[in-house]
Amino acid sequence: MATTTAVPDRVNTVPDTATAVRAPVPYWVYPLAAAGAIFVLLPLAGMAARVNWQEFPQLVTSEASLAALGLSLRTATASTALCIVLGIPMALVLARSSFPGQQVLRSLVLLPLVLPPVVGGLALLYTFGRRGLLGSTFEAFGLQIAFSTTAVVLAQTFVALPFLVLSLEGALRTAGTRYEAAAATLGARPSRVLRTVTLPLVLPGLLSGAVLSFARCLGEFGATLTFAGSLQGVTRTLPLEIYLQRETDADAAVALSLVLVVVAVVVVTLVHSRAGWAPALGVR
Amino acid sequence: MGPGPGCPVSLELTARLPSRGFEADFSVADGETVAVLGPNGAGKSTLLGLISGLLRPAWGRAQLDGNVLFSAGQRPPDRWVPAHARGVGLLAQEPLLFPHLSVKANVAYGPRSRGASRAAADQTARHWLAELDATELAGRRPAELSGGQGQRVAVARALAAEPALLLLDEPMSALDITAAPALRRLLRRVLAGRKAVIVTHEPLDALLLAHRVVVVDGGRIVEQGPVREVFARPRSSFAAGMTGLNLVTGTATETGLTDADGVHWSGDAEAGLRPGDLAAAAFRPASVALFTDLPAGSPRNAVAATVTELVPHGGLVTVRAGWLAAEVTPAAVSDLSLAPGDRVHFVVKAAEVSIYPR
Repeated sequence: MATTTAVPDRVNTVPDTATAVRAPVPYWVYPLAAAGAIFVLLPLAGMAARVNWQEFPQLVTSEASLAALGLSLRTATASTALCIVLGIPMALVLARSSFPGQQVLRSLVLLPLVLPPVVGGLALLYTFGRRGLLGSTFEAFGLQIAFSTTAVVLAQTFVALPFLVLSLEGALRTAGTRYEAAAATLGARPSRVLRTVTLPLVLPGLLSGAVLSFARCLGEFGATLTFAGSLQGVTRTLPLEIYLQRETDADAAVALSLVLVVVAVVVVTLVHSRAGWAPALGVR
Repeated sequence: MGPGPGCPVSLELTARLPSRGFEADFSVADGETVAVLGPNGAGKSTLLGLISGLLRPAWGRAQLDGNVLFSAGQRPPDRWVPAHARGVGLLAQEPLLFPHLSVKANVAYGPRSRGASRAAADQTARHWLAELDATELAGRRPAELSGGQGQRVAVARALAAEPALLLLDEPMSALDITAAPALRRLLRRVLAGRKAVIVTHEPLDALLLAHRVVVVDGGRIVEQGPVREVFARPRSSFAAGMTGLNLVTGTATETGLTDADGVHWSGDAEAGLRPGDLAAAAFRPASVALFTDLPAGSPRNAVAATVTELVPHGGLVTVRAGWLAAEVTPAAVSDLSLAPGDRVHFVVKAAEVSIYPR
């Protein structure tokens, strides 16, 4: 700390700084890490260099582009909401209870993380499709799910749900159960404990999980194409539009890609600044 | 052995947890505060967990004010009342105030959980914050409180929930030595006439807060009885080691207490103690220093006594002279070349002596 009172010169000439020394990292790690970073960032630069800036506004505001962007935002929002409604109870069951087969269930629930999305789309098709496991039941009620906007939401939820569950389960385990026990001994019923103690304490984890899920929904391609098809304004989300435009109008594809990159950067920044949310909530 | 005669028993618990080697019969009478002493891992936390509903035994039964808390492996059917429906409050070592709520909202949490209106809960919170001298903290966040303030608010929160029985799990252990006596005084005031169980490492807590002491060791209750009896004549080795407090009884004066032999002891008197009241003074053997020649200076109490025995234990030596005990280092013993029969001065600072009403 600097001092303003008169002190002997000798003291002032000594730099009063100290750097904490961490366990050293081997030197050969740095060039490899740099290569990895370049590998991730270079393609983005390559794409940005290919953007036709003169026509950029027209390209991203064409009827097809706006329809795709609007559909993407609407479906991703609906899917994220569905992820929250289903994901919070799943994370609670995984983190706060124990039953036989819990480990197996956890692995199965996280399956969409590692499954190729096309396979997920096929699985959904053979479940909710016209001749699927449940499709005929829905059909009887006059509901057709496959190749509708509902199918887009289901496909996105299917692939994004594990992100929310994983993130929230981790937050729940970190938060521990001490505050919940304190609330119970004050007479709070389990639902009240969940609403007034558990969820506020894991809010940062829940928010970052929701943001990750939203991002995953926005980028969903394989499962959507397989299960929902590519109908402009109905099921053709931004990634599908980009893939389609790539064949006919590369400039439009690149421009729309840039829009997705910007959205992704915003999302990642939000998630990484979540460390900044915690002190505001008083959570350590 | 149960609580004192004439007291209706209001908590009765019998439980066995073979996996933890725990087996105990435990009871608390109406308006009685029971101190549970014992080494780490003795089963004190298990006992509190069983009463509060955070631990479920395979065999046992407990009843509070005529309501069954749990019944397992007894006459069927088994019964289990969850923690939130027991009316048992729990104050832990740390305050565990909800970090996202203000101090007042924390204290109002119990009444709100029991269905009180916002206004009524608010009023209850204000009342208990005032009782605990914490009114000025109402608008703060828990992160802005010191350890002592946090624990005071936690006490207010626990009492605002109007528990039929309050459990305190070493409530002073996480506080620094300056904050602990203040909280102890507050607890003494708010626990009066209330059913409570206090788990503690500190003999002073038992002495100042409890009517009865239960000593737990190895998952069993090894000794119990009125506080002064157990402290004066400890039967278990643990109680003897732990409760070896120096106790003096007499009459209160302006600055301390005069004992039956006419010796005056200066000390830290509890508020409300008037000269002439019956009083007791307590100080720990570790607070006592030994001198062959009487030192001058600071307000100290000094008594000359003849050493009766030297008992080494855990790297220290307990020097006894009749009822007086001092705990000193082996170096101090050899410096004074102490041996039984020597005459030395037992000296203790006034600040280390607690004086409280009998």
